[in-house]
Amino acid sequence: MTLHTVNKSPFDRNSLESCLRFARQGHSVLLFEDGVYAAVKGTRFEGLVTEALKNNKIYVLLPDLEARGMRSDNIIDGLKTVDYAGFVDLAAESDRVQAWL
Amino acid sequence: MTENVTKKFLYVNRKAPYGTIYALESLEVVLIGAAFEQDVSMAFIDDGVYQLKKDQSTDGIGMKNFSPTYNALGDYDVHKIYVDKESLDERGLTADDLMNLVYEDEDDDYAEKSSISIVTREELAQLMEQQDVVLSF
Repeated sequence: MTLHTVNKSPFDRNSLESCLRFARQGHSVLLFEDGVYAAVKGTRFEGLVTEALKNNKIYVLLPDLEARGMRSDNIIDGLKTVDYAGFVDLAAESDRVQAWL
Repeated sequence: MTENVTKKFLYVNRKAPYGTIYALESLEVVLIGAAFEQDVSMAFIDDGVYQLKKDQSTDGIGMKNFSPTYNALGDYDVHKIYVDKESLDERGLTADDLMNLVYEDEDDDYAEKSSISIVTREELAQLMEQQDVVLSF
């Protein structure tokens, strides 16, 4: 299993879109830093993320979400929050980590 | 020789906070520039609107939460803050999601007023056209 990481805002770069285009069934995606904006409900990217959830587990790094004033109860249904330890666990249990800068 | 020429300055903010240094740098330049008593406006468009999101809490990421500093703008006579409505809309945000930035209007018995105006792209385009200097961050 591959863990894909996305740390750019989907509004600023196409990193998330590229990532989801290449991520295969069963791969996981972790949103962190400015990537967490994609996790919030009601954005232009909610449909894209919801669609991806059919094939991929998507995680969001909670400290980065809170830093940006976003609440974990306002993220898209089906996303899971992780802390830094959870991020490490995901990386450790994955065969590879692929960063979409 | 002293010249008292007041120019119109617009600071255009298009970046989210924390992911890059642009937002913090812009805020610092605006506060420093405020000492020169120019006619200052700030525009927040695209990911720049995220700078004004309320309830930012950076305890978990080991970075300074600079969002409270925006509250100081009013005291420096920077009270023309324009936020692009379409940028808010596509991010699922409304005016209620933004910090409550205020200033005291000295022409109105120091009444406390909101510094933030939610505006359309057309209004922002007009505003940009009226400036002497536009600084982009």
